[in-house]
Amino acid sequence: MGQGVGLPVRNMIRVVQRNARVWWKYKVPSLVGNLGQPLLFLVAFGFGMGQKIQVIEGHSYLQFIAPGLAASAVMYSAAFEATYGSYTRLSTQSTFEGILMTPITVEELALGEVLWCALKGLLSGLVMIAVMPFFGLWPSPWTVALVPTLLVSGVLFGAMGLIMTALATNYDFFNYFISLIITPLFLFSGIFFAADTLPVPTRQLLRFVPLAPVVDLSRMLCYGELLPGWWLKVLVLVVAAVAASWLAAVLLRRRLIR
Amino acid sequence: MTDLSPVDPSPVVIVEARGLAKSYGSRQAVKGIDFFIHQGECFGFLGPNGAGKTTTIQMILGLVEKSGGELEVFGQRIPDALAAIKTRVGVVPQHDNLDTDLTVYENLLTYASYYHLPAREAATRATELLQFFALDNRRHDVIRQLSGGQRRRLLLARALMHRPQLLILDEPTVGLDPQARHMIWQRLKNLKEQGVTMMLTSHYMDEVARLSDRILVMDQGRVVAQGEPRQMVSDLVGLDVFEVVCVDDEILTLEAVAADCHARTERTSDGIYIYTSKDCAELEKAVRPCSEWRRRPANLEDLFIQLTGRTLHES
Repeated sequence: MGQGVGLPVRNMIRVVQRNARVWWKYKVPSLVGNLGQPLLFLVAFGFGMGQKIQVIEGHSYLQFIAPGLAASAVMYSAAFEATYGSYTRLSTQSTFEGILMTPITVEELALGEVLWCALKGLLSGLVMIAVMPFFGLWPSPWTVALVPTLLVSGVLFGAMGLIMTALATNYDFFNYFISLIITPLFLFSGIFFAADTLPVPTRQLLRFVPLAPVVDLSRMLCYGELLPGWWLKVLVLVVAAVAASWLAAVLLRRRLIR
Repeated sequence: MTDLSPVDPSPVVIVEARGLAKSYGSRQAVKGIDFFIHQGECFGFLGPNGAGKTTTIQMILGLVEKSGGELEVFGQRIPDALAAIKTRVGVVPQHDNLDTDLTVYENLLTYASYYHLPAREAATRATELLQFFALDNRRHDVIRQLSGGQRRRLLLARALMHRPQLLILDEPTVGLDPQARHMIWQRLKNLKEQGVTMMLTSHYMDEVARLSDRILVMDQGRVVAQGEPRQMVSDLVGLDVFEVVCVDDEILTLEAVAADCHARTERTSDGIYIYTSKDCAELEKAVRPCSEWRRRPANLEDLFIQLTGRTLHES
């Protein structure tokens, strides 16, 4: 007999579980790949450049960049999974086609993929936070609130990646996304220098593709100092994450259902 | 006593299409087709490449949205009841989409999870199906290590995990060796005996003749004929086919003899085909002087070619 139709959330979780099952087999290379870069940045900039830079906003340079690098680890990990990973499942492996032959809908598939990418991003962010004490930064109890914050930012960057996947015709297409969006965000979202030193138009632009609010929130929560306007940053992040997820689902339907 | 009447007086309709159509821009892939599939039958869906078969299947699965007409499965309308319908449909796709990173067993469990089969039930069912398809010793192999025939059998097993009432088979034995094909046919016959309704597309006419109770032939987006295959062959093609290699003079003679016997003829590049509707002694005598000739019963392939033409349909 046929089973009942699952609730949307249950169906999304099935998609997450499928990806987790595959990830588990490749967990070591996957984690090394996701964490290598931000950790190296932490070492290179924190120790290397940090020697020359005295104190920013009352913290050593290493302490200054660590929370932002945790936020960037989430971004990189989620964005790469939602592009190279999801595109492989969409094209060469036909995993999406296989899933869509079952009662799972395109929207559930899209949101399940986004959630999976967000969780993978979150894991990278958490590992970065876990190593902070080795660099002399002891996260405050407020860091607990960073978990949902990083998860939502993972949703945002996962959804942005999936939008690219829905539009891509080959892997080279993702060069636009990585070179024109992800790398500039990494460099100009206030991880390595305070964002308010940037010219006003650039700062305004960064609000629309918000890594900067995540970096700010990450810093506030790691240091345990909530600055005024924190809730606005949360709001911007949540709205952007919801909007990007919606667009990813719409575009994936357009891509997969003819 | 069991009822021996060949036709069930009120068969339950599983799939019903009325005026079903699909256009991609200005190109009409399916031009308003009508058909129905009864419970428990194997319905063969035939046609050259590009005829609209796969598009029709994908409309049943909601992977292609219909642009006109009505489509009902289990008495429920598509697209409204799509998810509910799909809990009762199993699919063996034309292109292998197994999860290559997972093992044979994990593929089955993962697929069962999309239907929310309880874990214990899924494990039992997977073991049962692996035995049924002789894959039990491959349980922990990764998909890459499987042969083409094993992959196809696994696709079938995967499609059956949730005990579907309708099984859609899109070229289930394409590219397989004879042993693998025979094994799959045997299993499909078993499933039919268990009451599973099937919709089959294939380019292998022997496969369709073996498995199908009724067939439908599509060409260029339209239904050109449908019915019971043996009946259609005898009605539309005839009884026997003479394949003759001969020169022009002999062709003219044979055409004249065939006409007297009410047999249809068709010229080929080096001779003639003659389709008879009854035995004809004169014809048998007339073909003897020809350099090569052969007489065989008319079959589904003759019907297919007659309905869809001898030329290639590549666009």
